[in-house]
Amino acid sequence: MIRFTRVRKEYPRTGVALNDVSFQVNKGEFVFLTGPSGACKSTILKMIFADELPTSGEVKVANVSSATLKHRDVARLRRKLGIVFQDFRLLEDRTVEANVSFALEVTGAPRSVIGSRVARVLTQVGLSSKARALPTELSGGEQQRVAIARALVNDPVVILADEPTGNLDERATRGVFELLRDINATGTAVMMATHNLELVKRSDCRTLEINRGQLVFDSHEPMTGQGER
Amino acid sequence: MRLAWREAVMAFRRAPMLNALSITTIAFSLFAFGLFGLVALNMSQALTRLEDRVEIRAFLGDGTASEAAATALGDITAFPEVASAALVTPQQALDRARKELGEFNDVFDAGLLPSSIDIQLKPGFRDPEHVRAVAARIKTYDFIEDVRFGEEWVEKLHQIRNIATLAGTALGLTFAIVAVIIIGSTIRMAILARAREIAIMRLVGATDSFIRAPFLIEGSLKGTLGGVLALLLTWATNEIIGRVAFSAAFFDLRLSILGIFAGALIGLGGSAFSVGRHLRDV
Ligand SMILES: Nc1ncnc2c1ncn2[C@@H]1O[C@H](COP(=O)(O)OP(=O)(O)O)[C@@H](O)[C@H]1O
Ligand SMILES: [Mg+2]
Repeated sequence: MIRFTRVRKEYPRTGVALNDVSFQVNKGEFVFLTGPSGACKSTILKMIFADELPTSGEVKVANVSSATLKHRDVARLRRKLGIVFQDFRLLEDRTVEANVSFALEVTGAPRSVIGSRVARVLTQVGLSSKARALPTELSGGEQQRVAIARALVNDPVVILADEPTGNLDERATRGVFELLRDINATGTAVMMATHNLELVKRSDCRTLEINRGQLVFDSHEPMTGQGER
Repeated sequence: MRLAWREAVMAFRRAPMLNALSITTIAFSLFAFGLFGLVALNMSQALTRLEDRVEIRAFLGDGTASEAAATALGDITAFPEVASAALVTPQQALDRARKELGEFNDVFDAGLLPSSIDIQLKPGFRDPEHVRAVAARIKTYDFIEDVRFGEEWVEKLHQIRNIATLAGTALGLTFAIVAVIIIGSTIRMAILARAREIAIMRLVGATDSFIRAPFLIEGSLKGTLGGVLALLLTWATNEIIGRVAFSAAFFDLRLSILGIFAGALIGLGGSAFSVGRHLRDV
């Protein structure tokens, strides 16, 4: 479902960031992306949601190839993805409910389905009682749950989370991680960038380790021939 | 589309100060343009009034047969450039001269003045070239002794008209460009104020046209409101000038509507430009 083939990324001012990286993530997997700060974790995720393009090589996501990607394809691609960041990126002047339904509205979803879908994901992340609250009235962990609900509301094939627990204390970190595991259990793939090694070690999820722009470790490469390539 | 309207209205309500400021800015830049337009309009009308006085006078030789004069009058009236032509007898000429010269009226004697055909040209044919051409054509009648049309005056008037048109176009263009830039930058401000929202919209898969729509609506609304405000300001200024100095002509309904429409269009264009640039940049 996500396939990197000999991907190289150069940035205009900082030069080569990623060099000759290939890997594949299948449907329904949970994958940690680890490595020190500056390793290129964010860059890899950005290439998956087409915020950056590879300098050479190919990034293929849900059958959309970076080689043939047009500007107008980006929106359609992103509707199949759910994206979560360290800093939540919520709209502070809208309620929790409005923040989540926003993601459906901008895709032109009919009004009739929005209400029930929003209620469903808010229940899923355990925030149905705070639907009318503003983001500033919530804890960090709760804000990140809102962001996850927003990522989830479009029924994505994969959730891309870039250091989702980076701003959270230990308890909230566990909570968000458990939530992502639960979501993964329902069949949604999750790709989570983190440098929280504690979290990685304690779970038995697949881990891709990046260092200095190279893939240095893949805990269990998925078997080829299983699922789509 | 309904959502786009809702977003545009919400944007208005969420930042009333910023929006009031940008509408005022738009209004004042259009006001400057409106004042310029008013000056241009009055200049043009004054020139047209002067040009109305452009006249060709063809003097008939002594003893011209009245039938010949009547035929010539018919021919001349039929010229495509000619609006009207009339035969002026020596007595009429004398009356006119007396009226124009007031107290010196007794120095004239009807016998001294020849009769003439006085010709008015249609608007658009009052420039030196056309006037000269018509005069030359009239001169071909052998009973016409002399043709006069104040050559120097016609020439000068035409020059003034040309300069006024050139200066007016240059100034008008400058004012319009300034208005577009100012409006574009106020809308750019509105966009930057919502950059975060736009970034999130793109993240969750909104298309560019979806993101653009509320801004285009917002821009045209602001342009329209700014246009109405500018028109009111221009009108008020015109009233005040009318009271303390001289009364000047104001835009008619068609021009007023055109002005507001131009405001809306500038608002739309400014926001299309600004949003386009923003979407390309990020
Ligand atoms: N927009 C950018 N422009 C230039 N260089 C960048 C940009 N984004 C990231 N980089 C560079 O790419 C490298 C990897 O960055 P990043 O992917 O953010 O790492 P990580 O998320 O693992 O901390 C860094 O050296 C950084 O300087
Ligand atoms: Mg990062």
